[in-house]
Amino acid sequence: MSKDLSVPPEIPKEDSRPKWDNKFQYILSCIGFAVGLGNLWRFPYLCQIHGGGVGSWMVSVLVSLYYNTVLTWVMWYFINSFQEPLPWSACPLNENRTGFNEECYRSTAVNYFWYRKTLNITPNVTESGTLQWWLILCLAACWAIVYLCTIRGIETTGKAIYVTAIFPYLVLTIFLIHGLTLPGATDGLAYLFTPNLNTLKNPRVWLDAATQIFFSLSLAFGGLIAFSSYNSPKNDCEKDAVTVAIVNSMTSLYASIPVFSVLGFKATTGYWDCLDRNIISIINEFDLPEESIMRENYTAWISFLNSSHPEKIAGLKLKSCDLQEFLDQSVSGTGLVFIIFTQAIILMPGSRAWAILFFIMLFCLGLSSMFGNIEGVFTPLLELRIISKTIRKELLSGIICLICFIIALCFTLGSGSYWIDIFDSYAGTVPLLVIAFFEVIGVAYVYKIKRFSKDVKWMTGRKPNLYWQITWRFISPLLLLIVFLAFVALQIQKPSSYAAWNPKYEGFPMKEEKVYPPWVLAICVLLAVLPCVFVPLVALFNLIKQMCRSKDTSFIQPEVFSCQEANCNFCHPKESIPIVSVCKKK
Amino acid sequence: MLRVLLLTLSVVAIAHAELCKPDAQNAFKVRLSIKTALGDNAYAWDANEEYLFKAMMAFAMRRYSSKSMTQISNILLCNVTDRVSFWFVVTDSSENVTTVPGSEVEAAIRMNRNRINSAFLLSDKTLQFLKITPTLSPPVEPSTPVWLIVFGVVLCLILAGIVFLVVAGIRQRKKKNKESTERENLEEKCEVTITVENGIPCEALDLKAGHINGVFAADNERFTSL
Repeated sequence: MSKDLSVPPEIPKEDSRPKWDNKFQYILSCIGFAVGLGNLWRFPYLCQIHGGGVGSWMVSVLVSLYYNTVLTWVMWYFINSFQEPLPWSACPLNENRTGFNEECYRSTAVNYFWYRKTLNITPNVTESGTLQWWLILCLAACWAIVYLCTIRGIETTGKAIYVTAIFPYLVLTIFLIHGLTLPGATDGLAYLFTPNLNTLKNPRVWLDAATQIFFSLSLAFGGLIAFSSYNSPKNDCEKDAVTVAIVNSMTSLYASIPVFSVLGFKATTGYWDCLDRNIISIINEFDLPEESIMRENYTAWISFLNSSHPEKIAGLKLKSCDLQEFLDQSVSGTGLVFIIFTQAIILMPGSRAWAILFFIMLFCLGLSSMFGNIEGVFTPLLELRIISKTIRKELLSGIICLICFIIALCFTLGSGSYWIDIFDSYAGTVPLLVIAFFEVIGVAYVYKIKRFSKDVKWMTGRKPNLYWQITWRFISPLLLLIVFLAFVALQIQKPSSYAAWNPKYEGFPMKEEKVYPPWVLAICVLLAVLPCVFVPLVALFNLIKQMCRSKDTSFIQPEVFSCQEANCNFCHPKESIPIVSVCKKK
Repeated sequence: MLRVLLLTLSVVAIAHAELCKPDAQNAFKVRLSIKTALGDNAYAWDANEEYLFKAMMAFAMRRYSSKSMTQISNILLCNVTDRVSFWFVVTDSSENVTTVPGSEVEAAIRMNRNRINSAFLLSDKTLQFLKITPTLSPPVEPSTPVWLIVFGVVLCLILAGIVFLVVAGIRQRKKKNKESTERENLEEKCEVTITVENGIPCEALDLKAGHINGVFAADNERFTSL
């Protein structure tokens, strides 16, 4: 054969795009990204009381900043868990050693350790306080861990995810088994699973459920898109989407069980403590022998003594102990983890081991979500060739981590936790709804469902069935719109307030309700609006660019049309289909 | 003789009763919670235990002030209840009519609290002197806080990991560069030891799937498909 007809040899590309080692790594990463701290602390709370590219890139940046600070707190508790006895189990003494520290005595040791020893919180958001050096150390360590795991993009996160995505499930199972053996666990579980049908009538319940599932899946961050982009084009993304969604929901339900067992245990122990304190007061007052009044015959004794010596009983000022009241003390978020759970852990035998396990689990949960956030920041910068190719990946990720660390230092101030609440409520909520809404509208009505279905068929081998068609076209946009409007309406109704920890407040240890000052409100609005505003801006920009181009060339690529909204960052103009933007979850 | 004895005894008893009664001057209430502290190993509070208590109080007074000649008979107990709680006073050694000032007793007890507690196998919480608040001992704190040590360990591990990955990345890049320059050199010299099949180096051939030979690809249109 003559050499002219031979096919030239294939040259391996330099710096070829990374790929997942295997499918399992990809699924684990998506699950790890979706399953975060919210599955542990937001979903169980909601169960208890009621029963989109510059845009999403910005949201990823903002969320990365404050999310890692939460991990900082987890790390701080983790390294303090090696002490025996646990530092949050007892109050420190005051200066002359005659009693306990006053702030600690009036609230509880656990509260004191969280608000004073960890956060060193200021009485309101305008007082910034000083930088807490121990938090800075932990923050540096956390960003170093994030850097270590994302140093080469998914090559390293793919390995790390095996540990960070699977370990939490192990620990949850251990907690489940231990939790079910604790006294009072059954009360907690009964409380969780007893449906209160009245609450279903409250629209707030449905709104909370919708927002929870939406935020839980970590949509519109760009992280899922980034992860999916590393798959081969012919990938069954329909199966992946369903798998991740189901696993995420199942995890929330599965996590509720140990959480509620532990909460039930804590409520029961609190109830018993209340009873015991009353019993001791009565025994001391009436000089009765020890163990004459037990918890079982407490009510009988009380009624007897009330009839015979009512003044003495009244003088004792006994607190009324009600188990239901203890169970009703619901908290979500950082309060659940750092206050209630730590209190429950002290009561368990072998508390050091439980504390260590628990905080490692939280750290893994948060870390796997951080991978998604960082990929959401990292990948667009690489893809859009904003950063020149000569900069190595290690250097770029190092620079990103360093910049984020420096900005996140402001969360280690005394008022840091107030700011994190602000970021969480404003940057992590409304923009996501808006971006997701635009994503769905963009794919369904601008790119057109027919073309989209064809792409999916090319990738998965089968056309998406009627369920997907209806949800993509109508149900998802409608639901997103409703959730968004309801969310905004509820926010506007009540003036934005926050609960401040102020030792000088009269009602201490209750938190003081304060209103945000105007400049803080302005920042809140900015956080919510800025990522959203980029979507129409970039669309407008692309439209203008395209109109200018249409004056020169006659043939308009349909793909350019579809890249109007900012999130379609990964359209490769050379190929006929955008590889990765199709794998969106509902 | 007998009458005088009886009279003195009753006088003494009355005097004692006046000295030791609830809320008397310089009297202290003591409360023990033996069952709470010892559970199944709890001992019963009887006359022997009371004797031990009197002995401990006398010991405490003597230890506190070297001049003191307190005897066991100087410690008066009264109003013992089932709780177990009682009142006690310390009388002057010389005359059994006046009581030692409360401040001295308090100081003596504070000084010897540890010894008193351990004699009864109890603690500050289970053996309470109601007017005397215990000086709480500070918790044992090591010179370097534990968390700092753990933090140091964690940080060292992280830095080691980062250094390892960065160095490995640099080495890999160097190896790749060296390999590509070697290959270029080989091809330039035209000393091709690579076997060639139709101008295609064998390594480049994907032996699983064949390459479409352009000459014959066009034939697909001529023949009808099966």
